[in-house]
Amino acid sequence: MTEKTKEMKLVYTWPESLSQQKTHYCPGCGHGIIHKLLASAIDDLGVREESVVISPVGCSVFVYYYIKADGIESAHGRAHAVATGLKRALPEKIIIAYQGDGDLLAIGTGETIHAANRGENITVIFVNNAIYGMTGGQMAPTSMVGQKTQTSPYGRQAEDTGHPIRACEMLNTLEAPVFIERCAVNNVKNITRAKKAIKKALTNQVENRGYSFVEVLSMCPTNWGMTSRDAADWVENVMIPYYPLKNFRDN
Amino acid sequence: MAKGKPFFDSERCKGCELCVSVCPEKILKMTDAYNSQGHRYPECIDEEKCTACTFCAIMCPDLAIQIYRLTSVT
Amino acid sequence: MSDTILMKGNEAIAEAALIAGCRFYFAYPITPQNEIPAYMSRRMPQIGGTFLQAESEVASINMVFGASAAGARVMTSSSSPGISLKQEGISYISGAELPAVVVNMMRGGPGLGNISGAQSDYFQATRGGGHGDYRTIVLCPSTVQEAADLTVLAFELADEYRMVVMLLGDGYLGQMSEPLVLPESPEKTFSKKEWIVNGCKGREPRVIRSLRLKPEIKLEEHNKMLQERYRKIQEKEVRFDTYKADDAEVLLVSFGLSARICKSAVNTLREKGVKAGLFRPITLWPFPYDGLEESASRVKKVFVVEMNEGQMVEDVRLALGRKRDIEFYGRSGGTVPAADEIVKRVINND
Repeated sequence: MTEKTKEMKLVYTWPESLSQQKTHYCPGCGHGIIHKLLASAIDDLGVREESVVISPVGCSVFVYYYIKADGIESAHGRAHAVATGLKRALPEKIIIAYQGDGDLLAIGTGETIHAANRGENITVIFVNNAIYGMTGGQMAPTSMVGQKTQTSPYGRQAEDTGHPIRACEMLNTLEAPVFIERCAVNNVKNITRAKKAIKKALTNQVENRGYSFVEVLSMCPTNWGMTSRDAADWVENVMIPYYPLKNFRDN
Repeated sequence: MAKGKPFFDSERCKGCELCVSVCPEKILKMTDAYNSQGHRYPECIDEEKCTACTFCAIMCPDLAIQIYRLTSVT
Repeated sequence: MSDTILMKGNEAIAEAALIAGCRFYFAYPITPQNEIPAYMSRRMPQIGGTFLQAESEVASINMVFGASAAGARVMTSSSSPGISLKQEGISYISGAELPAVVVNMMRGGPGLGNISGAQSDYFQATRGGGHGDYRTIVLCPSTVQEAADLTVLAFELADEYRMVVMLLGDGYLGQMSEPLVLPESPEKTFSKKEWIVNGCKGREPRVIRSLRLKPEIKLEEHNKMLQERYRKIQEKEVRFDTYKADDAEVLLVSFGLSARICKSAVNTLREKGVKAGLFRPITLWPFPYDGLEESASRVKKVFVVEMNEGQMVEDVRLALGRKRDIEFYGRSGGTVPAADEIVKRVINND
């Protein structure tokens, strides 16, 4: 009997644009997954040396340690305005705004809506984990009704603090944006879809098509007070029914 | 016959167990050991059944898993 | 070309910015400086620059942050309440060592105040309205000509020292039309490619940041470095003007528009036999402590005149000591003192 020798081919490894530094994110945090997807989209399009990634104020302020491209810290909520200034000054470069739910949808709502409305040719990754992570788990505009957080200890009351805001649906009322999609990173199927959406959002900028927005539902096990596996389930069972995963616009 | 081989970097692992939950062959299990950060990490308990689907690696937020696909060469 | 033209203060500042090479302007409308965005909206497209009316003063200062990080010469303008909104952005720009020019055409305050010119943002401008240990150079014109000249200087200083330079005008100066000769384009250029973010082709990626958490990038070290830079600026960039101060017995100290009125008051006082003189700081930061001490060394009385309730007078006291006889005369809320009022106060005080 002839010996069958086996050839080993590496089929899953580091995106080039992702640094090998261990991240500071919590176990099970979605940022690690989303960073991988962004890095591999940057690799696929070969735009690492053309990119400037704007980090928010939030857990992912350190995205520049992990994505090997030029980076810039923005004041809380202002990434869309910083992106506007950068893109107007560097129209040939790839400007990526990476923001959380406080950054994009609380303090930064004005900048977000207006940059989207102007149709700034940028790529926006919006990480929605229904809570404020870095500051210890306060209620976010995206927190679910009834969700207990540091600042809604009895559960979010809609009569008092309103309902969670659906960013994609809101931006979908504007004329200018060319790509709006919501995805999630709580399981492999959703991650695969998210990867495609992020790549499309980046491709749009390369092709000068206009404002592209990807909302990514993400886990925050630490501040949700759950195991990572339960957090992935919570995204599936609680968040997705309210925040449907779909493409809203793909011009 | 194993189609794939997973490699776990135990030091990168944060013990989130998401890989364990997504493996379709259910061949990942957390060990009883701890890495230097105090996290438990997984191992593949039946490598013969690995199909190199890469689900565990796709899911891992910390790139603690790399996957090799095995092809027979005679 | 050195034709003398008639120009409104606000527009002169805008045109001077373009002469200085400013090609990005972001702002939000606020009285009394709206001629600046209007002028920029017309002129920027003519020269291939970018004008964008932002959704707020907060948004515009952050657009400035972005464009400056990309290496552009960029400006924003506003008036007192809007400058309050920009303070966080100014702190970020300062911490990140980015060059930027911020124009404040002051109006009466606090709060909504009124829309008349005032000088009540001296503290805000020179003591840093934003958080942290930073400084901004503050240039204060008193004529439309000077506003134009100092605007060009502002861009040069901003690039040379990688910081915010504020042009501190007031609502009246912005509205006044005066003859001026447009300044020359600056000759000096500053290379920015060592620090801008424009994609990492051919080099390692870099980050424009002001967060310094990790031990190896200590925030204190960064602050010490900035302070050293500010010390150099205090040595090299002080500017002031004097008028009939050499043999003066009464020294009026005033800045911007009120200094101009004081000049008339000095002339009237001289006619009445009072040997008055004027000391006019042009850089409010760095403040001309030495120059003021020198000019005041021979006088009997110092008279500070401001269009506020007493702000620069504190720097005057710092310069001259608590034992000096320093009088203060202020009008606030957008009220302008008449030269005669000042003359009367000086005479009655003798």
